[in-house]
Amino acid sequence: MDHETERSAGGVGLPPSITVAVRLVVNGKPHDLALDPRVTLLDALRTHLGVTGPKMGCDAGACGACTVLVDGRRVNSCLMLAVAADGKSVVTVEGLAAGDDLNPLQEAFIRHDAFQCGYCTPGQLCSATALLREGVATTPEEIRLWMSGNLCRCGAYPNIVAAIAEVAAEGVH
Amino acid sequence: MNPFTYQRASDATGAIAAVAGDEHAAFLAGGTNLVDLMKLHVMTPSRLVDVNAVPLAKIEASRDGLRIGALARMSDVAADPDVAREFPVIAEALLASASPQLRNMATIGGNLMQRTRCPYFRGDGWACNKRMPGSGCAAAQGEHRNHAILGASDHCFATHPSDLAVALVALDAVVRVRGPAGERSIPLRDFHRLPGDTPHVECALQQGELITGVDVPASDVAINSRYVKVRDRASYEFALVSAAVALKVEGGVIADCRIALGGVGTKPWRIPEAEQVTRGRPAAASTYEAAASIAVAEARPREQNAFKVELARRVVVHALTTQGSTR
Ligand SMILES: Cc1cc2nc3c(=O)[nH]c(=O)nc-3n(C[C@H](O)[C@H](O)[C@H](O)COP(=O)(O)OP(=O)(O)OC[C@H]3O[C@@H](n4cnc5c(N)ncnc54)[C@H](O)[C@@H]3O)c2cc1C
Ligand code: FES
Ligand code: FES
Repeated sequence: MDHETERSAGGVGLPPSITVAVRLVVNGKPHDLALDPRVTLLDALRTHLGVTGPKMGCDAGACGACTVLVDGRRVNSCLMLAVAADGKSVVTVEGLAAGDDLNPLQEAFIRHDAFQCGYCTPGQLCSATALLREGVATTPEEIRLWMSGNLCRCGAYPNIVAAIAEVAAEGVH
Repeated sequence: MNPFTYQRASDATGAIAAVAGDEHAAFLAGGTNLVDLMKLHVMTPSRLVDVNAVPLAKIEASRDGLRIGALARMSDVAADPDVAREFPVIAEALLASASPQLRNMATIGGNLMQRTRCPYFRGDGWACNKRMPGSGCAAAQGEHRNHAILGASDHCFATHPSDLAVALVALDAVVRVRGPAGERSIPLRDFHRLPGDTPHVECALQQGELITGVDVPASDVAINSRYVKVRDRASYEFALVSAAVALKVEGGVIADCRIALGGVGTKPWRIPEAEQVTRGRPAAASTYEAAASIAVAEARPREQNAFKVELARRVVVHALTTQGSTR
């Protein structure tokens, strides 16, 4: 773990930095980590905890592939330092299903074939989960606007919007 | 990122003390600008003081106006019913900013302190007087389609990127600040600095001063305000040109008017001269055209951003027309 910290955050030739104790509750399970403060929440999830659902696209807050729910709110995990998420609950795409039982949003994504390369899908699903809870969007136009933080505009995009619209219309979430 | 030490502050006094004595220390709020710029090595603090636990996130509307805590999140301020009803231009400017994910992280104080999106500022290896004083300005000979037409100097013509600041400057907002020497209030119009020959000095804050909140005075015009933002794509993009306007019309005549522009100035750009010509004149197209022409009268465009002059003029007319006719 120490070795990983140095490699992912420090890089070669930089002085070893002091680690900070961080507790992350990821998909309901607490993890105690000692992290270089430079480690982002995205890196902590992927590199340190092996939770690889959240993807790194732009690493700059612009694509939404890294979207996770922190204390129930959607955020870009690439711009949040893991130390700043200390003690918080983090839900990733892995935490959306109940075991093997997919939730209605995940079922709708499959039904509508809402992934092309699939790279953006975990972020889309986390973002859409929050959007349904926020209750701000039901029409395709509103969904596009409130999903604009997830930048995928590949051939799957109309299907993504359709899948979200279908679940939003059902109103059970 | 360069190495840094991280500490959490639980109150403003502790946060200020930790940052004031160390010129390499910085406050961490939402991190959406700071962490981004640290990854790019544009900002290289060696100590971060996380202020997220400092209790400064309240949003309070009273008879005197609106008081927004510096750590209130953009999404929470936009969704606040009092803000949406009494100060629509603030809610609209916030909802036109960034994405839902970013608005959940980003704070009001951090928004006002965000740095320019000029690519030469963000990119290591380019000349930039803001990032490296004295190195020159690569935008002058390079890409400057997004750059400022108002408030520029020979040293820098990068735009100020905040939408919120444009709405706030139109409403005479005041920034509340606390530092080692106590508290002070800075009108938002004096908060951001023109580049002049020191473009790296961007605002009135001293090292260690913490923004504690923003006060927006109650006014007759705030309730009839709106934000119009024009950008290269329909959502999730910084402004090419934006306008915050507020109007009070009595019996078809303009009693009060506020106009501020974003995306075109080196700071949030209020235009009192344009407001002045509207007072006492009919709430009609000819008045809006006159105000809009004055709004861009001082514009000094360069080759690639010349289109912004006419665009800004039209955005002002559009904002005033739609505001004037809906209320
Ligand atoms: C992809 C993308 C798109 C965006 N689009 C827009 C847009 O369209 N419109 C727009 O307006 N913005 C936009 N933003 C910018 C975003 O709004 C800012 O990054 C955000 O508001 C900064 O707030 P923060 O709390 O995250 O600040 P931080 O990143 O935590 O801090 C920024 C700076 O402010 C200082 N600071 C923070 N809080 C205080 C305080 N209380 N007192 C003193 N100093 C303080 C920090 O030390 C730091 O220097 C966008 C950002 C991204 C990444
Ligand atoms: S990787 Fe975080 S928004 Fe692109
Ligand atoms: S499915 Fe590949 S980017 Fe969206």
